[in-house]
Amino acid sequence: MRQEVIADIERDYIYNLVKQGKRADGRGLDENREISYEINPITSADGSARVKMGNADVIVGVKIGIGSPFNDRPAMGVMMTVAELRPFAYEYFETGPPRPPAIEIARVVDRGIREAGTIDISKLCIEEGEKVWMVFIDIHAINFDGNLIAAAGLAGTLALKNATVPAEQYDVGENFPLPVVNYPIPVTSVKLRHGIVVDPTAVEEVVADARITTTFDENGDLRAMQKGHGGSFTRQELTQIIETNAKVSNNIRDLVGLKQ
Amino acid sequence: MGGGGEDLTFIDDEGKRLDGRKPNELRPIKMKLGGVPNADGSALVEWGDNKVMAACYGPRELHPKHKQHPMRALVQVTYNMAPFSVSDRKRPGPDRRSQEISKVLSEALTHVTFVEQFPKATIDVYVEILQASAGTRCVGLTAASLAMADAGIPMRDIVTSVAAGKVGGEIVLDLSKEEDNFGEADLPIGMVVNSGEVVLLQMDGHMTTAEFEKAMGLIEDAAKEIYGMQVDAIKAKYSEVGA
Repeated sequence: MRQEVIADIERDYIYNLVKQGKRADGRGLDENREISYEINPITSADGSARVKMGNADVIVGVKIGIGSPFNDRPAMGVMMTVAELRPFAYEYFETGPPRPPAIEIARVVDRGIREAGTIDISKLCIEEGEKVWMVFIDIHAINFDGNLIAAAGLAGTLALKNATVPAEQYDVGENFPLPVVNYPIPVTSVKLRHGIVVDPTAVEEVVADARITTTFDENGDLRAMQKGHGGSFTRQELTQIIETNAKVSNNIRDLVGLKQ
Repeated sequence: MGGGGEDLTFIDDEGKRLDGRKPNELRPIKMKLGGVPNADGSALVEWGDNKVMAACYGPRELHPKHKQHPMRALVQVTYNMAPFSVSDRKRPGPDRRSQEISKVLSEALTHVTFVEQFPKATIDVYVEILQASAGTRCVGLTAASLAMADAGIPMRDIVTSVAAGKVGGEIVLDLSKEEDNFGEADLPIGMVVNSGEVVLLQMDGHMTTAEFEKAMGLIEDAAKEIYGMQVDAIKAKYSEVGA
C-alpha cells in the first residue's frame, strides 16, 4: 500500500507559516479556496453538479429510481449517499470496496442533507408500503486536493436542487422537480499545531492534528458535525471554529445563489 | 445485440441515420489534454453524448511485488463507469464487463508502449466513464492513449479506436445508443493508424465476412480522422505551454 509521506521539513514549514498567520498557497487562515461550479454537467444523471475548490474537483450525480420503503416509514422516500475515492483522482487512493475514509465522507455529506431535511421525502411516495422514490447521491472525485467533504457537500446540495424525478421513465406520471426545501453547506477546518485553518488542501489535511466539519442550514444553524483525526480541540477553539465556519458557509451560499 | 427494435427505421430514404448522420459519419468529437492535476497525464474526450476522462499515473513501482515483471513494465488500465453515467444507476465497483474491458484496453496499450524501459514498474491508466452513450470502450481507449502521451510515457505510437456496426441491414460507422441497443452487430476496433496494426478487436452480433471487410474499411478511414484529432489535441497542449 502506498502512503502519503510528508517530509518533516514541509510539515514544519506549514506549522511555522500558520504561526505567522499565513498559508503555503497565500490564503488567509479563514479563507476558502476559490470556488467554481457547473450545474447538470452530466445529462445521464437526474441531477448533477461539479464543484471545484482550487485544485479539488468533484462531480456529484443524483440518480432517482423506484424501490421499497423501510418498514417503519412506509410512506417516505429513501436516500443514500455513496463516495468512491478512485485511484483516478489521487495517487494514494486504491481500487476496491470503499474504505473507512470514503465511508466517512459519504456519511458526513449524507448527514448534512438528511438532518437539514433537504429532500422532502414525504413527497416521494408512489404506493404506501410498496413503492417509493429512491434518491442515490453518488460522489465521484475527479481530482483530490483535500476537503472533499465540503466540496462534495456543496455539489450534492446543488445537484439535488437541480434534480428531476424521472416519473415518465417508470410510467408513474409526469416528471417533476425533486422536492428540495433546505440547502445545507458544510465547511471543514483543521488544526495545524499553532492555529486553525479553513478548507484544508490535501497536504494540510495530512499534517493536521485534528479536523472538524460543520454543516449549516439556511438560517446559519448547525445540522451536522464531525470531528476527525487523532488530535483534539478545546472548547474555545470549537466556538471560534463554528463562528468562522458559519461565515464561510454564508459566503459560499451567497456565491452559489442559495441565499433566500 | 439487443434486438427488439424491428419497428425502427435505422436508415431513411435519403440514406440518413436516426440522428441524421450518413453511414460513414462520426458523432461530434472533442478532445482535450489535462483535467486531473494530480495525475502524470490526463485527458477528456467528449464523443457524441459520451463524456470520458482518463488519468495516467506512472511509471511507478508495482505493488504487490509478486505482480512485478523483472524485464518490463505492466500497463494496467482500469475501466470504470460512474454510477450516474447510465440510465439506471450502475452499482459502483468492478463487474465482469468492466474487468474484461480493462483487460483488452491494457493489452492494446501494452503493444505501443516501450515497456522494456521500465522493469518491475507499472503504468496505471484509469478510465472513468462519466456519461455513457454507446462506444465507451473506444472512447476510453482513445482517451487513455492521450493521457499516456500527456504523461510522457515512451510509446511507439498512440492507439486510435472506433467502432462500426450493422443496423437495418447496413454497415455504419460509430453506432449511436439506439443503434447499439437495437442493431444487429457491433465491431469495436483499436488500431495504430500509422502501421495499420489492429490492437483491439471485439465483435458481437451477426455480420457476413463481406460486411466485416466493409466495416473495417469504414473504421480505417475514420481512424485516420480521429488520429488527426488526437495529434491536434496533443499539439494544442504544447502550444499552450509554449505561449
